[in-house]
Amino acid sequence: MHGLMNRAIQGFVQEAYGPVPWDLIAQDINIGSDGFEALMHYDDALTDAALDSVARHLARSRDSVLEDLGTFLVSGTQNRALRRLLRFGGPTFPDFIHSLEELPGRARLAVPDLDMPVLRLEEPHPDVFELTATGYPGIGLVLMGMLRAMADDYGALVLLDHRTEAAFEVVTTTLLEASYAIGSRFDLVVDER
Amino acid sequence: MDGPLRTPACFELGPAALSRLMPMHLCLSEDGYVTAIGSTLSRLIHGEAILGQRFFDAFQLRRPTGIGSMASLLARAGARLYINPGACPEMMLRGIAVPLHGGGALINLSFGSALLNAVRDHAMTESDFAPTDLAVELLYLVEAKTAIMDELRHLNERLKGARQVAEENALTDTLTGLRNRRAMDSVLTELVSRQIPFGLMHVDLDYFKQVNDTLGHAAGDALLQHVAMVLMRATRAQDTVARVGGDEFVIIFHGLTETTTLMRIGSRLIESLTQPFDFDGQSCQISASIGITVSTLYCPPEPDRMLSDADQALYASKHAGRGRVSLHKEPDQSP
Repeated sequence: MHGLMNRAIQGFVQEAYGPVPWDLIAQDINIGSDGFEALMHYDDALTDAALDSVARHLARSRDSVLEDLGTFLVSGTQNRALRRLLRFGGPTFPDFIHSLEELPGRARLAVPDLDMPVLRLEEPHPDVFELTATGYPGIGLVLMGMLRAMADDYGALVLLDHRTEAAFEVVTTTLLEASYAIGSRFDLVVDER
Repeated sequence: MDGPLRTPACFELGPAALSRLMPMHLCLSEDGYVTAIGSTLSRLIHGEAILGQRFFDAFQLRRPTGIGSMASLLARAGARLYINPGACPEMMLRGIAVPLHGGGALINLSFGSALLNAVRDHAMTESDFAPTDLAVELLYLVEAKTAIMDELRHLNERLKGARQVAEENALTDTLTGLRNRRAMDSVLTELVSRQIPFGLMHVDLDYFKQVNDTLGHAAGDALLQHVAMVLMRATRAQDTVARVGGDEFVIIFHGLTETTTLMRIGSRLIESLTQPFDFDGQSCQISASIGITVSTLYCPPEPDRMLSDADQALYASKHAGRGRVSLHKEPDQSP
């Protein structure tokens, strides 16, 4: 698993729960207290062990940890860059949803060695989007958390549902209202002057 | 292929469709007047003021040079053009001109490296670009690159920190391969705690600074490595030779407290160090001043006090004219 993913798990625990549980988890899975390096690769088993340890130390189910991790990826204070990169998907939430199949390609434009799930988008009914993800088990839950946060960011009102099939996971997004609230602002270029 | 491909002889596009396809286009009449401006370009350069003006008055065609008429513009149809709008002279746009059926020209423009500034300065949004335009992808990549550079910078800072810690924990002087001050401290502490007697010799090079100043740091470094070799040769395996400052060395003689022997070793060291040293065909000469003390003068021996006494003896050597050995005689009786 790419270090960026592992680093995200670490960032989620540290930002939401402070330094103590992270130190215990780091001991658990036998990495230094500095934790994961974002630009390195790790064995998938280590990511697995980290997630198990997080669930145990936070006394939460692994599924709910994965979903919160997805939300953290978009709305965590240290993840402004990722939120912005996702907003490049389009000016409205439906545009963003339509860009999801492009997401793995876009991510690899930035980080060529990133292992991304394969995503397929279907629209069985108007305003219903079924995103099928194949890859790391639980990735659908992470995506659901991300979609929840992105809907918030765009100011859209959505219903989200997740189910696991044999070899893939499906996240269903039902768009109730595209502009329910005022979304957060997005400028194509950040003014740093 | 059997027959000619059936392509329409010419397209007819309404202004809105043309503007959506090419939001940065310009239509020029046969005599060079601006007859239409794409929506995005219009917003950037106040198109309403440009409309109806002569193209060559409202824009500066920077390259290729020498294009000042419709005829010369169309002679370069299809070539890459560099164009400054008169309203935004700092904005260099890229363009291409093609002839229109029935006279005149269509020019399509895009941002080159001016993209970031233009998007920021004019608060452009995705709808200012055609969906086929990769400009937004470029902005995305710039942002992704910046995020990764930030991550790399953090990684470098962490590595630098780790390296500092490693260096602080190291026991070896990287230039000479001798022990460093930290290693010397731990040897002294160990000898004192195990009550092993020892001699302490503080060696300071004379005239080293002149070598460094006149022949450069490379010569200075080579000289220090040479000195290290001399010191190692003059000592036994169980002794500790440490470089404790730029041109300062401390030797700990394990189990050796015989002052006459230590004085003799010191004199021999000075003799060796005074031999001219050759660096790249340049001869340089240094010397050394030495101060000595032995643990048996103290009860109990304290590393700091012994180092300070050896240092005082060293300065006695310096004051007496350098290139000599002095022995610390009386233990300091003050508390």
